[in-house]
Amino acid sequence: MSKVLDNLRYADSHEWVKVEGDIATVGITDYAQHALGSIVYVDMPEVGDEVTAGEEFGAVESVKAASDLISPVSGEVVEINEALEDEPELINKDAFENWIMKVRLSDAGEVDALLDAAAYAKLCEE
Amino acid sequence: MEENLVKTCLHDRHVKQGALMSPFGGFDMPIQYVGITEEHNAVRNNVGVFDVSHMGEVRVKGPDAYKFVSHIFVNDVTGAPDGQIFYGMMCYENGGTVDDLLVYKVNDEEYFLVINASNIAKDVEWIKKNAEGFNVTIEDQSPYYGEVAIQGPKAEETVENVLGIPVKDIPFYNFKTFDIDGEEVIVSRTGYTGEDGFEVYGSHDYIRRVWDKLMEAGVQACGLGCRDTLRFEVGLPLYGDELAADITPIEASLSMFVKLDKPEFIGKEALAKQKAEGVKRRIVGIELEGSAVPRHGYPVEVNGEKVGEITTGYKSISTGKSVAMAMMDKPYDKLGTEVEVRIRKKTFPGKVVKKRFYDKNYKK
Repeated sequence: MSKVLDNLRYADSHEWVKVEGDIATVGITDYAQHALGSIVYVDMPEVGDEVTAGEEFGAVESVKAASDLISPVSGEVVEINEALEDEPELINKDAFENWIMKVRLSDAGEVDALLDAAAYAKLCEE
Repeated sequence: MEENLVKTCLHDRHVKQGALMSPFGGFDMPIQYVGITEEHNAVRNNVGVFDVSHMGEVRVKGPDAYKFVSHIFVNDVTGAPDGQIFYGMMCYENGGTVDDLLVYKVNDEEYFLVINASNIAKDVEWIKKNAEGFNVTIEDQSPYYGEVAIQGPKAEETVENVLGIPVKDIPFYNFKTFDIDGEEVIVSRTGYTGEDGFEVYGSHDYIRRVWDKLMEAGVQACGLGCRDTLRFEVGLPLYGDELAADITPIEASLSMFVKLDKPEFIGKEALAKQKAEGVKRRIVGIELEGSAVPRHGYPVEVNGEKVGEITTGYKSISTGKSVAMAMMDKPYDKLGTEVEVRIRKKTFPGKVVKKRFYDKNYKK
């Protein structure tokens, strides 16, 4: 059974979002890391890149395959998790602790359209 | 259209053991049980077992068996002792590859051919078509045989102790047949992992008993996921990636298995010409500087122009390096050539290296 944290919002493409002020921290869920298996590379955006809700912003590579990362929010990338460059497997250890990027939100309203924990947990069960 | 997948004799075991199943070569096959990395390391450091019952088996028998095998096979079986095995290819007249296969010499009048699952129908048709005029019988025995591969440094003691089959004295690329429980079982010291190991062929019932005994003994079940990472690391080709109808063995950098001094075989003329004139492209290794993962079909560029394509790539589990096999145009196949591999929107620098990323550990 995959872990789902109550205080986060979720995209149906299995990314999580944590909003603090106008900054959204984005990562992939425990369900996603489990489905991918051993993660060997995270293709991250660069600081200053513009990301758009619903569009690809990078990829997570497991041994077997590459999966696109879909941004749940729009805005400017203000920070990336550089620890993942050397240790992508950190996501397998704790997908919620090891975020991928921080975005300065251009439209905070987009977050309201995301799933809450209960709805996401239900999606994972299906 | 619903795909009609074939189930091997071990299919129920895989499902019960919770393997991740996926279509491969028309079969519903296990990709992984616990994880590709764990299974890969079990084979490199200990022992693992694969269900390879999807492989095809064809028996060639008759007074002309030697002559016929020599005709369709690019390697040379002449003068081999009974019990020896050869790796090589069957080629079309134009030198393109029908399939790569193992040829087991039972005796001068009987050979046992092991072919790729995805090519069984095509190969059997090709073999039968070319057997015209030869005094041989061709039997596709694929439906009869189940097969497991027991691979890794502890493969020998596992086969000896768990299965009770005396295999210590079987040399590399040789086989023996054993009478077990009233049936003929074939055991060869072969594999597709770069490690010591054995492949066991028998009836479905026998192979199920073998599997159950190995599971009881705690041998790691391994899926096709790590079969691919293991064969890739030691530079072994996979039909569909490094070999194909439009890729010759010379282009695949497998000339050592093509014996052009043989009097005749299908494709000899085209392959001899290609060898003499030099190929326009060939399979080489590529090592990337970073840890992005090059995958099948990704372009390889020099100065922004495409000069090749990845055929197989991984972040190597054994070495941690991002490496690939690639079909490179001349002259970009030269060792040390600096290239860029296009991965999604970015390019990553790398260089041409030998296509062996990990040393084989055969017991010869």
